[in-house]
Amino acid sequence: MPNASELPQFEDHAKQEHKYTTCYMCACRCGIKVTLEDDKIRFIQGNPNHPVNKGVLCAKGNSGIMKQLSPAKLNQPLLRKPGSERGAAEFEEISWDRALDILTERLAKIRATDPKQLAYFTGRDQMQALTGLWASQFGTINWAAHGGFCSVNMAAAGLYTMGHAFWEFGDPDWDNTKYFMMFGVAEDHASNPIKLGLKKLKERGAKFVAVNPVRTGYQAIADEWLAIKPGTDGIFAMAMIHVLLRDGQIDDEFLIRYTNAPQLVVNTPGQVGDGLLWRDSEGQTQVYDQLTDGFVPANAIDVAPALLGDYNTPDGTPVRTAFSLLYDKYMDAQYSPEEAAKECGIDAETIERMALEMAHVAFQESITVDVEWTDWAGRKQSQFIGRPVSMHAMRGISAHSNGFQTCRALHILQALLGTIDCPGGHLAKPPFPKHIVPPIKPAKGNAPNTPLESAPLGFPTCPEDLVIDEAGQARRIDKAYSWDAPVAAHGLMHMVISNAVAGDPYPIDTLMLFMANMAWNSSMNTAETMDMLRAKDEQGNYKIPFIVTCDAFNSETVAFSDLVLPDTTYLERYDTISMLDRPISEPDAACDSIRSPVIAPDRDVRSWQEVMVEVGSRLKFPAFTNEAGERKYTGYKDFIVNFERAPGVGFLAGWRGENGDQHLRGAPNPKQWEAYEANECFFEHKLDLNQRYFRHANLDYLSLAKDAAWVGSTDQIVIELYSETMQRFRLAGQGLYDGPMPTEERHKERLTTYFDPLPFYYRPLEQQPEDTAEYPFFAVNQRPMFMYHSWDSQNAWLRQIMSQNYLYMQRERALELGIEDFAWAWLESRSGKIRVQVKHMEGVNADTVWTWNAIGKQAGAWGLSEDANEAKQGFLMNHLINELLPARTSAERMTNSDPITGQAAWYDLKVKIYPAAAGEEGSWPQFAPLKPLPGLKMSPRQQGYSSHKNVNLKRTWTDVLGNK
Amino acid sequence: MKLGLAIDLDTCVGCHACATACKQWNTSGTIGPLTDENPYGKDPDGAWLNRIRTYEVDASPHSKTVNMPLSCMHCEDAACVTVCPTGASYKRTEDGIVLIDQDRCMGCNLCAWACPYGAREIDPGSGTMKKCTLCVDRIYDQNLPEDERQPACVITCPTKSRVFGDYDDPESDVSKLNRERGGKQLMPELGYNPVNTYLPPRNPAQRPQGGRMLGKVKQIVNRIIKR
Repeated sequence: MPNASELPQFEDHAKQEHKYTTCYMCACRCGIKVTLEDDKIRFIQGNPNHPVNKGVLCAKGNSGIMKQLSPAKLNQPLLRKPGSERGAAEFEEISWDRALDILTERLAKIRATDPKQLAYFTGRDQMQALTGLWASQFGTINWAAHGGFCSVNMAAAGLYTMGHAFWEFGDPDWDNTKYFMMFGVAEDHASNPIKLGLKKLKERGAKFVAVNPVRTGYQAIADEWLAIKPGTDGIFAMAMIHVLLRDGQIDDEFLIRYTNAPQLVVNTPGQVGDGLLWRDSEGQTQVYDQLTDGFVPANAIDVAPALLGDYNTPDGTPVRTAFSLLYDKYMDAQYSPEEAAKECGIDAETIERMALEMAHVAFQESITVDVEWTDWAGRKQSQFIGRPVSMHAMRGISAHSNGFQTCRALHILQALLGTIDCPGGHLAKPPFPKHIVPPIKPAKGNAPNTPLESAPLGFPTCPEDLVIDEAGQARRIDKAYSWDAPVAAHGLMHMVISNAVAGDPYPIDTLMLFMANMAWNSSMNTAETMDMLRAKDEQGNYKIPFIVTCDAFNSETVAFSDLVLPDTTYLERYDTISMLDRPISEPDAACDSIRSPVIAPDRDVRSWQEVMVEVGSRLKFPAFTNEAGERKYTGYKDFIVNFERAPGVGFLAGWRGENGDQHLRGAPNPKQWEAYEANECFFEHKLDLNQRYFRHANLDYLSLAKDAAWVGSTDQIVIELYSETMQRFRLAGQGLYDGPMPTEERHKERLTTYFDPLPFYYRPLEQQPEDTAEYPFFAVNQRPMFMYHSWDSQNAWLRQIMSQNYLYMQRERALELGIEDFAWAWLESRSGKIRVQVKHMEGVNADTVWTWNAIGKQAGAWGLSEDANEAKQGFLMNHLINELLPARTSAERMTNSDPITGQAAWYDLKVKIYPAAAGEEGSWPQFAPLKPLPGLKMSPRQQGYSSHKNVNLKRTWTDVLGNK
Repeated sequence: MKLGLAIDLDTCVGCHACATACKQWNTSGTIGPLTDENPYGKDPDGAWLNRIRTYEVDASPHSKTVNMPLSCMHCEDAACVTVCPTGASYKRTEDGIVLIDQDRCMGCNLCAWACPYGAREIDPGSGTMKKCTLCVDRIYDQNLPEDERQPACVITCPTKSRVFGDYDDPESDVSKLNRERGGKQLMPELGYNPVNTYLPPRNPAQRPQGGRMLGKVKQIVNRIIKR
């Protein structure tokens, strides 16, 4: 090492300070350490102590300085100028007082008359516990976040099957898994945790199989890449199930102890009650005990249930074990590898090999964790047995209209291999697993000036739980929990504008959007969505009378708003990443975190958190006011500290109790924020080793979870391979349900077809009409890693990596169609056409074309110039995707979504492609550049950011002489 | 000392974190600012010290995607230093880091033409040449916590595919990885003897299949298993 005296002082550390907070550029929510000097950001780095990212940070997190410097940051509240048209971006700057008066007055009127006239939808936000509470206190059922167009299929399939899920509610056991299969994960969900995990796998020599039509990102380093056709993962999974069943490669102990596979199902086709679980007079589900040769309650201990079997109950009802139904279903020839290969494009031999490789790892390479633990029945066990096979799946599974059933098939595959929440398998993350299904029912109705009776979103288990009126029509604006989408656990945000403008089921007064770019890349059918936002009735009034947008940046949607509320950036605000919301826990630790401002805003902006508390207080929501009707909280920080959802349970789990010495549960602590700040802005409660596995049946864990109010009881969480919930809806479709049933044929047909209690494969709805020949290509899109989930700025550094998206397709197929590399071509679906620039590639399924999503931007938005590449050459595939399925009758408006969950079916798209004529260049359609907003800075033509003047290195004489 | 990086192509997913971490650190570092032109306009571009290229090898369906981070290799016989007419480009004797003295660089571009790795970029603001410094102002800054005295690209890499160290020390992480994983120099035939090495993708082993062999499901599933 050189003598320190020879080196200059590189940094003046004396004037620097370090602050910790939480990143916001995607849903990973990594811990960051920010170095500041002279009120400028010197460096943003990953926090090495943070449970999520353990010191690393992605390309977005490292570009936070440019987000903070963005010229597109909104400065002040804006009001659309009287007489100007929506979309024209003609605004006057107004004060916060006036903005809040306008908003409060309007909302007070709505709340006092018909609260559902407020539709409040939020984008990829991280504060749904607060916005959801706010909506229920307001009394509107019309609230949801972006899950309905992102990953509700994963969340719902997981929660309805195993009580946790892929993605936020669970993770592969990166430290112990020996075989990892990843389905439909573009370059996202999650970012840093998956990257850290893949490194561990590769170093250990674990096998990594990537199932994805496109070989980019994670797939690039997979040991084996399976170029599946989009939307066919379900039949691939079911064919692997077929192989495991055929060869007896299943974990029967796991199925008997932890799942409902041995439970008895009523087998009376065509009769009321068919397919429901058979229950005794006390309502207890039953199994057939091979020790006593008789029926016993399914939760009895020390019985030996039969997995396969057909029986008659004492009253003569024929019953079968759920496993018998499962066995017969997947042993059918339609799920043989040979049949599946025809549909999914993976050859039969490979399908078989995949299943058997996993079986080998599960059963021949098992691992154990030797620690005493207590099972659900109170019995001591001496070890955890691990089947070290794990899986992860994301939008390639969820963004199809068959995604719910496909994801359930993956969970069944996991259960057959015994690899759910075991060492080396797929692990839940606290507060998950929950009991199946979580006992929250969606609120059904609203009354003036009255909070909802329950949360706006929940988990229906039967037709009685639907949010429909006496005539069977949807009550929610997005038609969630109607016969259109009965299990729409995250709502259908992508339908709100379309439905509100059509007045179907009714018109609304105010649409309030937070961090959702609904006038651009967050909507299907973008150009028509813009027209809808501008649509007027016969009297010349907008069909959606009032649109409120809260965002930190000048998005395309700002221009379509009547009132714009400027948010703070992530570095300027207090925030909570709560366990009541979308937790950041790790499998071995319950975690939550906060944001604490590291830099003061230089604009007249307020965080949406503060605005929510302010407006809620002004509107005198019961949760925000005391008995005298006076405001209860001085602001957001005060609210977070003192609000309790249940006694001792608040937004933050750490440092509770008056002295801050209680965790997970305890009285409010007035110094809680300070305690988080002192601990680098996160809280981590490590589970003891005996609490880390088989948590669905682990009393040591369930007792803790009950104390922490994560679950309501310590009863075993029985994994539901057979979904009685699905069967109840199917019976309603068949006219065999003892309760509400649909009256329209289309609903009966959908329920009967799709609500199969055991997953089945069907072609995505969009692809079922006979136009496959007309539109031969699948079309999908993904976000690049360096922009994944980053909705809120066109970052000056990141756009240098990519400012134009191409349409990628396989080289040979393109040349067959006369499309050269970099040529312009027309891409056409049943809904419209766009002009795109084509780039050849090799690593893509031959029947698939794809692009990077949301690179295309409207000129003028995000501080972009009129000739920005994003606007001139970039494009959105959204124009080709319709929010409605082809109508069979003129009145029919069926959503382009999963028929079970309402998940937006972004990836069901089929297209054709042909060369553009000579001279046809540039992307199409084009949109007029947005006018600059009042008060916004001009974007610089050149910029060189520095927090201090550069410090030149002193050269030694040998360096100078030795070189010249 | 012979300081340099070992870059693991078996695990690099091409996420660009190293590139932006580098940009972020060095825009306020020894050679900053790293200027951007048209940051919100047409064809935005600026000075970067580390860029990621992605290549496809072989044809469909057997193609392989390779993500290839490229920055200065700190060559032992650096052509950029040889050609520099002002002596601005130099290789430090004590640790082998190749640097550019910003006060002596006249922006003539000769070094960038000489460098076969495309590792040097003219800064559109200063008009001088910029390149990777191995974060010389991190690795020698005694006021940084010891575990942070590494290049910014290394501490941020989410797949930990970048390792920094002394190739002269046979027990350093980079030397060991280089030996164990058969590290490769890039284009060694050109004779510049680059210090950085690339660890090639591992060849996955064949996997055994099946093996429970309890018999057909119909025979095994009604084993007596107590709940």
